[in-house]
Amino acid sequence: MNDILTQLQEAVITGEPEQAQGLATQALEAGIAPLDAIDQALNPGMQIVGDRYECGDYFIPDLVMAAEAMKAAMEKLEPELLARQEQRQILGTVVIGTVEGDIHEIGKSLVATMLSAAGFQVHDLGVGVPADRFVEQVKEIGASGDSVPVVVGLSALLTTTMRNQEAVIKALQEAGLREGVKVIIGGAPANPEWAETIGADAYAENANEAVDVVKQLLEV
Amino acid sequence: MEDIVSRLKSGRVIVADGATGTMLLAAGLPAGTPPERWVLENPDPIRDLQRAYVEAGSDLIIACTFGANRTRLEQTGLADRLVEINQRAVQIAREAAGDRAYVAADIGPTGELLMPPIGKMTYEQALEVFAEQAAVLTQAGTDVLYIETMSDLEEMKAAVAGAQQAAPGIPIFATFSFDHHGRTNMGVKPEQAAETLQALGVAAFGANCGATLEMTEGAVTKMHEAAPQAALIAKPNAGKPHMVDRKTVYDATPEDMAEYAKKFVALGAQVVGGCCGSTPEHIRAISEAVRS
Repeated sequence: MNDILTQLQEAVITGEPEQAQGLATQALEAGIAPLDAIDQALNPGMQIVGDRYECGDYFIPDLVMAAEAMKAAMEKLEPELLARQEQRQILGTVVIGTVEGDIHEIGKSLVATMLSAAGFQVHDLGVGVPADRFVEQVKEIGASGDSVPVVVGLSALLTTTMRNQEAVIKALQEAGLREGVKVIIGGAPANPEWAETIGADAYAENANEAVDVVKQLLEV
Repeated sequence: MEDIVSRLKSGRVIVADGATGTMLLAAGLPAGTPPERWVLENPDPIRDLQRAYVEAGSDLIIACTFGANRTRLEQTGLADRLVEINQRAVQIAREAAGDRAYVAADIGPTGELLMPPIGKMTYEQALEVFAEQAAVLTQAGTDVLYIETMSDLEEMKAAVAGAQQAAPGIPIFATFSFDHHGRTNMGVKPEQAAETLQALGVAAFGANCGATLEMTEGAVTKMHEAAPQAALIAKPNAGKPHMVDRKTVYDATPEDMAEYAKKFVALGAQVVGGCCGSTPEHIRAISEAVRS
């Protein structure tokens, strides 16, 4: 692989936003196609970061910094993609939020960041999100005519607010939207049994697993 | 009662309390309602629970102030009642403890990442938030400030420094939650936590919450190796939660936790108790086990 791309990948793995941005610029100047930089440096870099988190070599700050490095590189690559009328392949659309009554943000935002880095278009609705707001957002995406598959991600850190994950699924059912989306849940008290109980499609233990689970759900 | 620092120096084990959050849920706290609201509007179940812990053998009752720092209260619309909540929660705990148990005031994380510019909070801002809460808690007459469930070393340092500035001389207990491969989710190692907290001069430190009883055992072992003289704290969850009939059930029995409490004491822990999922029955078993 090209030297610049090797270094770019390394800047993602070590979480160096400034270096990553500089290397993205260098890559473009060297005539490397932006899509190649994404596919050969950024994506595999994030994959390695995820693997390292999974086995306990990396922790939340490492994920955060790697995602920042990826974002910094994308800031340089994106205008060039646009200029070439190319698009990074969007794997799917994710609507994510922490459910009503729950204000915990870090885990949810990390999942959003990792999904975004993995190539999903992410609508982060924030924390304390009422069921209706999820429904509204799913409707809006449907109305925009995008045929991309939609995943709804529901986070809850409290045993009390886990029940509101179920409330969102019910609201989607009532709005006739449940069939068209996949629902993934997460948060400290959640687990695969809870996902099954409330009729979610899947559970993910952490941000890294969330990426794999969403990919599996959408078969991408 | 002798003051808590002398009690620690005596080497005798202090049995802390068990869960507050999961017990209040069982007592009917509605979904999404912060327990701090009950401090103001429905204090009886809190006091009853704390009395049950005293009856079960707790020597230390932790006031219901885990989420009563300004950052958290702002998110639940209770920030203008910060002083009242913290004062009242310490009073409730004191009513339950009487002269049979110490009162510790709970200081939990802000919920923000201290990673500027990505995170929204700086060390200095966090320090101010913790100092504000610590000042009120100390004025309300708590015996100990108990900083718990921390994941980030910087935030812990800010909490300890805030407490020390706002309330010089008050004993501080400080625990991290070790839940990702034996470290905190922010990557703090038990030995690193021990070295830092020892240097900061807190009265006791250790592990609370966490992923499993085994992970807490591992953390206490490493902390003891790093700080053999220190009074350690072990206050784990009652194992891992799972769902039975739409209810969250924690799988560690009172006997399981009692066995582990004995192990923790053998490993250097001097304060033992329970976190999420533990009940007065767990505390009773722990109390009997470590005092026999």
